[in-house]
This record gives sequence, structure tokens and C-alpha cells, in this order.
Amino acid sequence: MMEALDIFTTASLWGAVLRIATPLIFGTLGALICERSGVLNLGIEGIMTLGAMVAWMTVYQGGDLWTGLAVAAFCGGMFGLLHAFLTVPLGLSQHVTGLGITLFASSLTYFVYRLSLPVSSSPPTIEPFQPLAIPGLSDIPFLGEALFSQTAPTYLAILAAAVTAWVLAKTPLGLAVRMTGENPHAVEAQGLNPIRIRIGAIVVGSALMAVGGAFLTTATFNSFFPTMVQGRGWVCIALVVFASWQPGKALLGALLFALFDAYQLRLQHVVEGGVPYQLFLMVPYVLSIVALIVMSRRARVPNALMAPYRRGER
Amino acid sequence: MIDATVSKTILFSTTQEYSNPIDKEIGPPSKLCGTAKQDRLKIPVCADIMNSLGEPKMFNLFSRRRFITVVTAVSLLPVLGAASMADDKIKVAGIHASPVENAWNSRIHEALQSAADDGLIEYVWSEGVSGTDYARAMREYAEQGVDLIWGESYAVENEARQVAQDYPDVAFLMGSSGGPSGDNFGVFGTRNHEAAYLAGMLAGSISETNTFGSVGGYPIPEVNLLINAFRDGVSEVNPNAEFLNAFIGTWFDPPKAKEAAIAQIDAGADIIFGERIGTADGAKERGVLAVGSLIDYTERYPDTVFANAIWNYRPTVEAIVADIKADKPVGKDYTEFSFMKYGGNDIIFVSEKLPPNAIATMEAKRQAIKDGSFEVPINPDEPS
Repeated sequence: MMEALDIFTTASLWGAVLRIATPLIFGTLGALICERSGVLNLGIEGIMTLGAMVAWMTVYQGGDLWTGLAVAAFCGGMFGLLHAFLTVPLGLSQHVTGLGITLFASSLTYFVYRLSLPVSSSPPTIEPFQPLAIPGLSDIPFLGEALFSQTAPTYLAILAAAVTAWVLAKTPLGLAVRMTGENPHAVEAQGLNPIRIRIGAIVVGSALMAVGGAFLTTATFNSFFPTMVQGRGWVCIALVVFASWQPGKALLGALLFALFDAYQLRLQHVVEGGVPYQLFLMVPYVLSIVALIVMSRRARVPNALMAPYRRGER
Repeated sequence: MIDATVSKTILFSTTQEYSNPIDKEIGPPSKLCGTAKQDRLKIPVCADIMNSLGEPKMFNLFSRRRFITVVTAVSLLPVLGAASMADDKIKVAGIHASPVENAWNSRIHEALQSAADDGLIEYVWSEGVSGTDYARAMREYAEQGVDLIWGESYAVENEARQVAQDYPDVAFLMGSSGGPSGDNFGVFGTRNHEAAYLAGMLAGSISETNTFGSVGGYPIPEVNLLINAFRDGVSEVNPNAEFLNAFIGTWFDPPKAKEAAIAQIDAGADIIFGERIGTADGAKERGVLAVGSLIDYTERYPDTVFANAIWNYRPTVEAIVADIKADKPVGKDYTEFSFMKYGGNDIIFVSEKLPPNAIATMEAKRQAIKDGSFEVPINPDEPS
């Protein structure tokens, strides 16, 4: 029993938390931005797969790692634009369109990957992001290993959470996005264009999702597999609800989910005898549901979420 | 020959009329793959992927594409006839449930591909075929007249056996948890446990912490017996060994396998047995050693992986091809051809990284396995 608790005092656990959380932070922020403007984006799983492949392929073809992330963000944004075109001006079902984007993006990714490279037993590798030591901070015992020996995109993810929180809460742009999610008619009455705001929010959100996928192939791993996103996108959709549409809580939620996951991987070899491994694998999901129940009691759903806006319609 | 061509054409165009258009849509491109050297031709491969990714349901699109494929197929039929007259190669269709990069599938894919390159068989394949689509793909290849359908029936045991019953003239070889059935449904299991045992002997002799980790996908027998054999090998040379293990609950999540490996390394393991790809990445990042499974990972992780328990599928391919050529029933268990005495699995290791006496002990055991004087225990229980 003590051993199970001792895991929490290891720097190794906390370092793993940040690594596991990074793609979730990007994905959750992306989904959150879309939803704050009033549009659910279930294309996330496919957009993350696409981002993972595009970033990897860019680097594999000789590009820089950061160029890879940028290209992934651009391609993610383009799929966001497609989702936006279908759901905002055309006002189609956001669920169906989103799932369609997921199927389309992951299939296209697979297709392009297979056409570009010959089949090999061990997929080709790139040189991924290396842990970035921050002078001074990385030498602090415990904290240095846990928090300040991460790859650059992890720091970028935390920065992105801060920027998103600030933009949404403190800037006129953020106010416009939030208002579009609450009452697009009021936005129109203010002389702003809710259609444009929604499209913009979806493009930016989808770009962030793609960067989350790109993290998997350019930082934690160095090859691409067509099915490697493994449901992380769906976790992000749930985390947005958990976060009750607040960027700060989204960061917290992603870290919490990652904590449960990192914890169960360690618990598996600490707890002896007879406990089925499936129970450990369940831990992150079960605890997430519990956390969801606690957190979502005070959740504030954007009022116009999933309601298409049609100009002049009351 | 001309007659054959004509009758094929007629058969083809008549079946178009009444059969499910989705089924027929997929027929011709796969057939094209079979005759050409499809590993070098990109278009037929892409057609195969299109199939596996899901069928378009738009019928106007359909008829046009169907027209194109029919015209292409018909125009190529004389070539086809000529090719099939020229030799009596066994035509093999591989139906992979995963992308062929998956370590397990890649071993089979490579073996079939090399058999095709050596002129032993003709090989066509589909990948990423989901369970719901699997029987359909089997039937389609059976209808096309292949001699042997290779596949994996773990998720579709009943349906696959039904298909085999419906096509008694086609041989089936399936990766399966069940036994063979009928005259034409053969099965095989994955056995590279002997090589894993030998890799364990090497690992046991060079560990400094005497703690050994392993990361698996799911605790199915084929995975368990591998991890257990590795542990038995370690224990034979290192009685103080301690073992850690984690299952990640997925076949295909390298970042997660990597995290599981890091968790074990941070708990003291200095050699990790990587049943899943991604495990060795954790070892590489933490600067410890790893053992690869199924494929040779030495090139991918030159400073990390010092031994690999590789699986060779070619002996199994040759065994069933010989049976088909000799008109013997193939409804039997081909697992034994994965054993070391048939060359079905073996160890590849980097000798510079290992003490010579450890290699000598291991080589003696390897010889004993080959000549049958030592049998690596098969223990399918879930490792803790």
C-alpha cells in the first residue's frame, strides 16, 4: 500500500504526466476554442492523425521540426476550414460533419502515407525533439527532472493554454468569440459577423489539434503509424466538458488525466498478485468520470453550442 | 487460352448484373495487383487501400468507376491468361487486419513477399481490413480463384470457418486461437518463445540491477508465453532476477509503450523486453538496454537493442505451399513450423555488447533446442 503511494513522490511520475498530457492539452484547447464559438468539432481524432503524419512527413522529407509543426497546424487549419464551411454557412449537423471529417482525415492520411513510402517492417524514423534543459531550473532536484526537462512542444502547450485563457478572457477578440458561442444574434447586432468569427475559431482550434497529433510523431515517438492517435481526440472532447469550457481547467483536466495514466503504468508493477491489468487500464477513465461528475455540476455550457446561426432567423 | 479468356469475361460481366455492386467494385483492382509486380506498382496498391478504408456509397460515382475498372480488367485478361498458363505458381492472397507495418504482420508480409520474389508463389494482399469486412474480403479473393488465402481469424473465428466451408477448393491458413477445421482450414500460432528464452539468457548475464521489465499489448497466450519464456531464460542464468511487467491494452500505441518502459526503468529495470514497438524508445531515452521481439530492431536502435527474438514465417509458407502442391489436405495446425528446429524463430544478437562466456552458454542451449534435447517451456499464463 505504501509503495502505491510512494509513486507520487517520484520525479519520474511527474515528468511522465507532462509528456502524456501534452497532446491532450493541445487537443483540448483546440476543441475548447471551437466550442466556445458555438461549434462542436468531432473532427479532432482525424485532424490529430493528419497532424501526426504531416509533421512527421515534413521532417522526414528534410524539413525542420518546427516547420513540421507549422505544416501540421496549416493542414489541420484547412480541415478545420472544411468543417467550418459545412457547419457554419451551410449549417449542417455538427455531429455528422465532425465524424465525417474524422473518417475522411484519417483515411486520407493513411492513403497519402502508403503512397508516399514503400512498405517496410519497421517504419522509417526521424530525429525527434530532444528534452530541452532550462539553464538553472533543470538542475533543481526533483522539480528539475519533473518539470524542466521536457521537450519544447510541452512548454509550448502550457504557453498555449495561458495565451488562450488570456485571449478569451481579456481581449475584444476573445469577448467576440465567447459572445458568438452564447448569442450570435447579439454579435450581429453589435456589427460583428458571427459567421466569420466561428470560421476563424474553428480554423485556429483545428490547427491546435493538429499540433497535438504532431507531438506524438515529433517528440514522444519518431515514426508514424496510421492508427497511433488511439482515441486521444475523444478524450479531449470529454476534457472540454470536464473543464466546463475554461482553458485553465482544461489544462488541469489534461494534467489530471495524464496523471492517472502515468500512475496506472507504475501501479501495474507495484501491486502484486492477482489484480487484473484491465483494472489499472480503467483507472484513468473511471477517475475521469468521477472528476467529471464533481466538476460538471457547475459547468456552463455555451448557450448557442451546436445551434447553427442563420442570419435573420429568430 | 482464348476460350478461357472469353469465358472469364462473360462470367465477369454477368456477375456484375446481380451481385452486390460494392463487392464487385473491389474485385478487378485486386486482381490487377495479382498479376503485376504489385509492390512496385503504386496504383493497384492504392486501390487496395481504398477498399480497406471503406467503400464509397455514391452510386453515380460507382457506375463510372465500375465501368473503368471493368474495361481495364477485360483489356488485361489476355495478359492474365498468358501469365497463368506460363507457370503453376500457387496464388496467395493475404488479408491483413492491421497495416502491414505492424510487427507481426510485417513478418508474414515479408515472408510471402520474398516467396513471391523467389517465384514460389504469386502474392496479392489487402491491409487494414476490419473485422466487419473480413469475411467479405475472404470471399472476394476466393471468388477470384486464388489457391490459398492467408489471414488472421482471431476476431472472426466463426465467420472465417464458414467461408472456408463455402469454398472447399480454396486453402485457408489463418492465425487463430482455435484449432484447424475441415480439410481446408489450417491454423498457425506465433512461436518465437525459444528465441525469447535465449535472449533472456543473454539479458540475465549482463544486467546490473537484476531487474527486468517487459511491455506487452494484451495478455493473450501468444504474448504471455513469450514474456514467460524470456523470464525463464533470465532465471536460468540469474537466480536473483526480479521482473516487472505492464500491458498497455492496445497493439498500436508506441508513445504509450514507451511510457510503460520508462516507468519500469525508473523503478529499477535495466533491460526491457519489448513485445511492443515503442518499448525500446523508452530504453533508448533512459540509456538502458532492450530486447526486440518478432523483428530485428538492431538497426533502428543500434545502441539499445542487443538481442532480438525474431520470428521467421517462411518455413510455414513453404510447408503449406508444399501441401497444396501435393494435394494434401491443409486443415491442420502449422504452428510447429515456427519452432526453431524448422528455422521458424531464431535469435539475432550483437556480440560486441556481450561477454563471450554468456554467448557460449546461450549457443549451447540454442544447439540443444535445435537437436531436441531441450524444450523451452510453453506457459500461456498471464505474467504478473
